[in-house]
Amino acid sequence: MSLTILFLAAFGLALVGFQIGRARGRTLVATSGIAAGTAARARIGAVHSRPNYHGSFVALLALAPALVVLLGWSFISEGVLTDSVLASVPAAERPETSLDRTSFMNEVRGLAAGEIDEPFDLATIPASRVYAATQTNYNMLAGAVAATLAALGGFWAYSRLTPQFRARNRVEVAVRWGLMLASLVAILTTLGIVLSLIFESLRFFQMVSPIEFLFGTRWSPQTAIRADQVGSSGAFGAVPLFWGTIFIGAIIAMLVAIPLGLMSAIYLTQYAKPSVRKVLKPILELLAGVPTVVYGFFAALTVAPRVRDFAVWLGMSDASSESALAAGVVMGVMIIPFVSSMADDALNAVPGSMRDGSLAMGATPSETVKRVLLPAALPGIVGGILLAVSRAIGETMIVVMAAGLAANLTINPFDSVTTVTTQIVALLTGDQEFDSPKTLSAFALGLVLFGITLVLNIYALAVVKKYREAYD
Amino acid sequence: MNTNNAPPPVGSNQPPKMTARGVNVFYGAKQAIKNVSLDVRADEVTAFIGPSGCGKSTFLRCFNRMNDTVDSARVEGEIKLDETDIYAASMDVVQLRARVGMVFQKPNPFPKSIYENIAYGPRIHGLAANKTDMDGIVEGSLRRAGLWEEVKDRLGESGTAMSGGQQQRLCIARAIAVDPEVILMDEPCSALDPIATARIEELIDDLRGKYAIIIVTHNMQQAARVSQKTAFFHLGTMVEYGDTSTIFTNPSEGRTKDYITGRYG
Repeated sequence: MSLTILFLAAFGLALVGFQIGRARGRTLVATSGIAAGTAARARIGAVHSRPNYHGSFVALLALAPALVVLLGWSFISEGVLTDSVLASVPAAERPETSLDRTSFMNEVRGLAAGEIDEPFDLATIPASRVYAATQTNYNMLAGAVAATLAALGGFWAYSRLTPQFRARNRVEVAVRWGLMLASLVAILTTLGIVLSLIFESLRFFQMVSPIEFLFGTRWSPQTAIRADQVGSSGAFGAVPLFWGTIFIGAIIAMLVAIPLGLMSAIYLTQYAKPSVRKVLKPILELLAGVPTVVYGFFAALTVAPRVRDFAVWLGMSDASSESALAAGVVMGVMIIPFVSSMADDALNAVPGSMRDGSLAMGATPSETVKRVLLPAALPGIVGGILLAVSRAIGETMIVVMAAGLAANLTINPFDSVTTVTTQIVALLTGDQEFDSPKTLSAFALGLVLFGITLVLNIYALAVVKKYREAYD
Repeated sequence: MNTNNAPPPVGSNQPPKMTARGVNVFYGAKQAIKNVSLDVRADEVTAFIGPSGCGKSTFLRCFNRMNDTVDSARVEGEIKLDETDIYAASMDVVQLRARVGMVFQKPNPFPKSIYENIAYGPRIHGLAANKTDMDGIVEGSLRRAGLWEEVKDRLGESGTAMSGGQQQRLCIARAIAVDPEVILMDEPCSALDPIATARIEELIDDLRGKYAIIIVTHNMQQAARVSQKTAFFHLGTMVEYGDTSTIFTNPSEGRTKDYITGRYG
């Protein structure tokens, strides 16, 4: 009997508990001493909670212990099973290293599930029978324990159901805890990701000094697999990557996105008629819904060749087809709706009386925008731009497709540069060993990227928030 | 223009500063002002009174064409400033608003320093040749608004950090700074406490004679205190217009009397 079925059974039991509890609740209402025809007012207080709450209370008390047992079992079952299977294997055939044990157990599981027909290690055949039998036994046991606890919980809950019993309040408490657990999942997952980034980065920094990583200017992550291999010494100076990321995401993309985004926000908030705004604004925001991979191949296939042609026309004969300019410009276009909608919000948050006051002084609309509205909205706009930068430097697809892999430290926008995200993709794609500095460097890069975007986001949100309070 | 529409001449014999003849204002299909005509004299304070929604603010905003900023608004009729039709194609709204300043219901200083708030208008209209000129304009405007002594040591501080009454006097100083001929005040005291209100009323009295002032107020005592002419509006029409003393003591219309005695409003 598999764990899935056990879980389903637990929910089934809870459903039964719900029905019984609700029926009990209905009986309580019916027999609460109020004859039919009495005023509704009297009936409301007679039974404290509605029958549905009685049902939910029983269901919860049946479900909770069963889920705890089954979840606990599902976490420890693999360990317990491995121990008993290995104990059944004759000592001579028992795998010794942890790596061997893992592959041995993989074969055992595959055999037991019928996914493998002929195992590499013949000792796994009897072991798999032990595995299947033990698993069934243990699962039966866990199922029995869970069912017993569910029944006990259910009966205890049922025995407490009286007209005065405050089932609703208990159910509300359970709901509150459930909601809190749900929000914890996201937080704990993020925490887990950060911790894994940190620990893997620490492993990396044991092999490569952080000084070299943060300040070195040569990036060549290919390490030698054989001692006599040529040109694969491995260099982990990430400065060219950081520079490429900033060059594309924070400089070129922003040179495109900030003026265009700001100007479209100014047009939409100050000049456009409401009917025009109603059409243009959603269209602009649609840009944000285009999948980044579409921007990516637009950058790689449409923009990049034209940029190269332009560079050749300018006299750069060795112009690369993967340029910082192509990736940056397309990324800037992608970011426009982001900047524009943040600027739009900021401009709209400036009270209309400022605008009226300026116009009444005889200022033209453009003077009003330049001298009153933009200065007043500046903190919000800056916050929006910082968020946009943080988004741009974390963006992956466009740069993977259009920016190239050459870690050049250059300010020539027609040259190929590479970014942190591109390198992470390149480092982790394909068959990789997970203990070489090459792969581990991806985690260090990820950690740096995470740190930068985190700081940018916190700062930007603080700026935006402070500004919003100013006009409340 | 049909001269029969003109209100009976009152007061002095110099020509009126601004004249309105047969003015209608529409918001979309709804008519907010119906055929209103009146004269505003340069040396007087003219008050518009009436219950909420009677159109007095809408009418006020016709005098500097602030209704232009409302897309659905449409103004018919004729409003003249010194014999020039301000709705004529030849009239530039930027110059009009430099000549006809406005103070709003809620104090709306710009989020800039006190100095920059005053310097805003002179700067966009190029009234100061250099820093000394500008300093002079700022000081003069603040003095006329009775604010100089209070703020002369903190001109660099933000205009939004002052009290509500000071902010409103700052806005009046800001309007004065471009040396307008007419100042429109749209319920300038409705967001202020009684003491700040009294100071603004004193200021209005001081400014009388230097600028033609039109003030919209729903406070009848205020109209009686500060104005020489009063126009009573009700449901988009001007019910009665005349000397303030006459309107408040001996109104010729029953509706005016009812409003002034507090029967409605």
